[in-house]
Amino acid sequence: MTSHSVDAGASRYEPTTFKVKDKKLGMWIFLASEVMFFTGLIGSYIILRWGAATPWPVPGEVLNVPITAGNTFLLICSSVTMVKAFAAIEDGNQKMLKVWLLATAIIGACFVGVQAYEYTELVHHGFLPSSGLYGSTFFTMTGFHGFHVTVGVLCLLWVAIKAFRGGYTQADHQGVEIIGLYWHFVDLVWIILFTIVYLI
Amino acid sequence: MATMASEPTGIPVRVEEHPQSFIRKYIFSTDHKVIGIQFLFTCLFFLLIGGLLAVMLRFQLGFPGAALPGGDLLPDTMAPDGIILPEFYNSLVTMHGTFMVFFAIMPLLVGVYANYLIPVQIGTHDMAFPRLNMISYWMFLVSGLVMLSSFWVIGGASAAGWTQYAPLSASPEASGVSTGQILWILSIAIFGFSSLLGSINYITTVINQRAPGMTWFRLPLVIWALFITAILGLLAIPVLTAALIMLLFDQTLGTTFFLPTEGGQPLLWQHLFWFFGHPEVYILILPAMGFVSEIISNGSRKPIFGYKSMVFAIIAIAFLGFIVWGHHMFQSGMNPALGMSFMISTLIIAVPSAIKVFNWMGTIWGGSIRFHTPMLFAVGFVMLFAIGGFSGIFMASSPVDIYIHDTYFIVAHIHYVLFGGSLFAIYGAIYYWFPKMFGRLINETAGRIHFFLTFVLFNLVFFPMHGLGMEGMMRRIYDPSQYEHLADIQDTNTLITWAAIGLFISGLYFGVLFFWSLFRGKPAPDNPWEATTMEWTLPSPPQHGNWKELPTVYHGPFEYSHPDVEKDWLSQNERPDVVSPAHH
Amino acid sequence: MDWSLPLNASTQGVHIDNLFWLIFWITGVAFVLVEVGILWFLWRYRARDGHKARYTHGHIGAEIVWTAVPAVTMVFLGIYSGIIWADIRSPDSFPDDAMTIGVVAKQFEWNVTYPGADRVLGNDDDFTIRNRFEFPVGEPVVVRLESEDVIHSFFVPELRVKQDAVPGMTIPIWFEATETGEFQIACAELCGLGHYRMRARVVVHEADAFDSWYDEQTGAALAAAAE
Repeated sequence: MTSHSVDAGASRYEPTTFKVKDKKLGMWIFLASEVMFFTGLIGSYIILRWGAATPWPVPGEVLNVPITAGNTFLLICSSVTMVKAFAAIEDGNQKMLKVWLLATAIIGACFVGVQAYEYTELVHHGFLPSSGLYGSTFFTMTGFHGFHVTVGVLCLLWVAIKAFRGGYTQADHQGVEIIGLYWHFVDLVWIILFTIVYLI
Repeated sequence: MATMASEPTGIPVRVEEHPQSFIRKYIFSTDHKVIGIQFLFTCLFFLLIGGLLAVMLRFQLGFPGAALPGGDLLPDTMAPDGIILPEFYNSLVTMHGTFMVFFAIMPLLVGVYANYLIPVQIGTHDMAFPRLNMISYWMFLVSGLVMLSSFWVIGGASAAGWTQYAPLSASPEASGVSTGQILWILSIAIFGFSSLLGSINYITTVINQRAPGMTWFRLPLVIWALFITAILGLLAIPVLTAALIMLLFDQTLGTTFFLPTEGGQPLLWQHLFWFFGHPEVYILILPAMGFVSEIISNGSRKPIFGYKSMVFAIIAIAFLGFIVWGHHMFQSGMNPALGMSFMISTLIIAVPSAIKVFNWMGTIWGGSIRFHTPMLFAVGFVMLFAIGGFSGIFMASSPVDIYIHDTYFIVAHIHYVLFGGSLFAIYGAIYYWFPKMFGRLINETAGRIHFFLTFVLFNLVFFPMHGLGMEGMMRRIYDPSQYEHLADIQDTNTLITWAAIGLFISGLYFGVLFFWSLFRGKPAPDNPWEATTMEWTLPSPPQHGNWKELPTVYHGPFEYSHPDVEKDWLSQNERPDVVSPAHH
Repeated sequence: MDWSLPLNASTQGVHIDNLFWLIFWITGVAFVLVEVGILWFLWRYRARDGHKARYTHGHIGAEIVWTAVPAVTMVFLGIYSGIIWADIRSPDSFPDDAMTIGVVAKQFEWNVTYPGADRVLGNDDDFTIRNRFEFPVGEPVVVRLESEDVIHSFFVPELRVKQDAVPGMTIPIWFEATETGEFQIACAELCGLGHYRMRARVVVHEADAFDSWYDEQTGAALAAAAE
């Protein structure tokens, strides 16, 4: 079947407003919707917590701040490895692309693992989604963030597999760029979440 | 007098280059035109369901305590001996609203026409992400079937209103509905993803894949409307998704977001829902306004009056639409000072809508009007949407809203804008683009009959509801006779019900006409309406890929009756032998 | 059905009705101009042989006029409405010495708590009557509205009063009746299967009649409490 889809980089279209190719533009647009999704959850948390008649527990009372702080550091490291992966393929370095992609995926998986561990600890100590508004908001926000990280790890593995098959070149590596965008976004959401849930 | 403009630029695909299997071509297709048509058939089915639900609830209001014809087919939990129970009535009301808003009107406007028209009007082969597009349709179908299935579970379908106010919607003890409520939530969540995929496609394609010469201010107003609508959906629907997740967890996981027992806040649901809900209603009207602009311009044989104003009005409506949501909550217990600020923004948003109405009038003025069926529906839209807009001013005033909130005055307003507005525009769009989509014509006389029946019956059903609201008839009331102040309204309700039955039958008539025309309509030429936008330079129907070579755009979208051109229209991609107009 | 608002029996209601009818006239004039204008244009500019449509893309002066006129009208309505809204809802507008009555909505009834002999709500001599809301004409009344289960809405059409009752919140409203009579509370927010019959009796008494009714009720309440 003749493929009729054309990339916006082709000169045959009217000059595009943002000079960004289709897939990358699509990812930015998708991320805008994700911002609104997390705003709905996080905004609700803020309203419920700071509008509460009786103050909620101080973060350290229930949650394990040190371990989560370490986990946060891990996630930030994975953003660094992601940047390095993108830089590698921009330079045409296939080997380092694979290394950094795998590193990102593995660190991401560790993050999810640590979170899952934290959840089991909390549940053992009787802290559940049904533990009042604190439990409701905590598990919903971090749970959906964790879900997004998990999906990100799966996508990273997909991209890594494609990299191993030589699917990316110096000239054409959109997939690496757009998973990078998604990954940085997920990291940014976590930094916000960590701050307002674990630190403040 | 200049010579006639020569052939349109761009080469349409005339012969199918690579044959595809039936399944790839018509079932799991990535062709935006096929997907648009899939949406069309599916949505007409859901429109039928929504209409049926309306007739059933109207039956109870018109003939209280009477057995619904065929009602003995319903289980005793819904209608023993065919007599509708109060709990089933609440489900009918809820599901009528749900099916109409999410599964009929919204996808008819966007799923059908954004998919079908964007590539052929901006001059490209297909959407930016054809496979995501296909997934979007199938997710939509699944979400609709999930919603439909909720009638069959124990406890029945959701009965908390399409607005699902908590705690009623979060508490099976309070509402009597459990599984049905979960299915409602899941269905709308899936619908939200479908919509998101669509938005990503529409926005990317319009930004990146306009044919050479198709600058932003040469885009047809349909495209502007669909583009802005896609942005609205992109930003508003995720907030609903977040709220739905919280509602689902309240019902199933023991969370208490909206349940006051542990400090949860019912009003939080309303804020989240309406933060989505208000942009949603602009999603439900902006594409309709786009269709109407295009059809009125075509029917009047004149450029749209005030094209740039129309564009800025669309943008203003969309932007303002994000800061008016509290006008649904004036009486909710929200801080009255907030009520004041929402009242101000709501009154302001009336202005761009008024601007559009006047510009449509300006387009008709001085025209050479052809009364084809699409034009009738488009003008009908303006007349009826104006009424809906006027009634909106009453409720924008928060003190007046104290009285009319949650009465039939609101129901009248909703239906004037959603039916008299959106659905009339949808009918107009269906008649208008039918020849392009299916290569056949719908008989004009038959179409005009549909229009007149619909116009008259619609007003008979919904205009009296303003009066019912003035009398204080509340919404979602199974039996108004329980109230002394509503002692004398039965005759009105019965009249409305008869008219509603007639309106439903006229909808069935349209369904028959539509399907008959698919098979027996006269073959359609490429450009039966002598229209200017680029889809009309393609064959009816266009082939896969639309153009072999992309067109070049030379003109604005509505160049009708140019004084230097003998025929009274210019396609956007016609090579000009004329001088461009001095003013724009 | 007749095209009118019900009997207006409250001080606030007068302002609401005035505003309603003002908007009715303003939109009515606009309605006639728009609809008649459209019909006139459709007839006047129908396609006829020899006539070509006027080729124009718009007129900036027209745009300015039909933007400014609606905008000014909306500003005017906003200011007028804002003043009335504040008079009804703003905490400052609540009268200082009004009798306060508690109303608790629940599926599917209204429980009205009167402040007892000391006329102060919230202590031991309060008494509750199901589905009967009685108060004197000509004196402001404050209602503290609550809900036991889901959202309901306290709506008395003749008093032009409506306020949602939200579980977890206590929402005060006030009003003053100008006529005696018997009316009803109608629930105005979908609250479940009995929503359609969630009504209560409202009785507005002459001042003396209310006092004697009230004394009777407080007496009966004391007697019941003693048992």
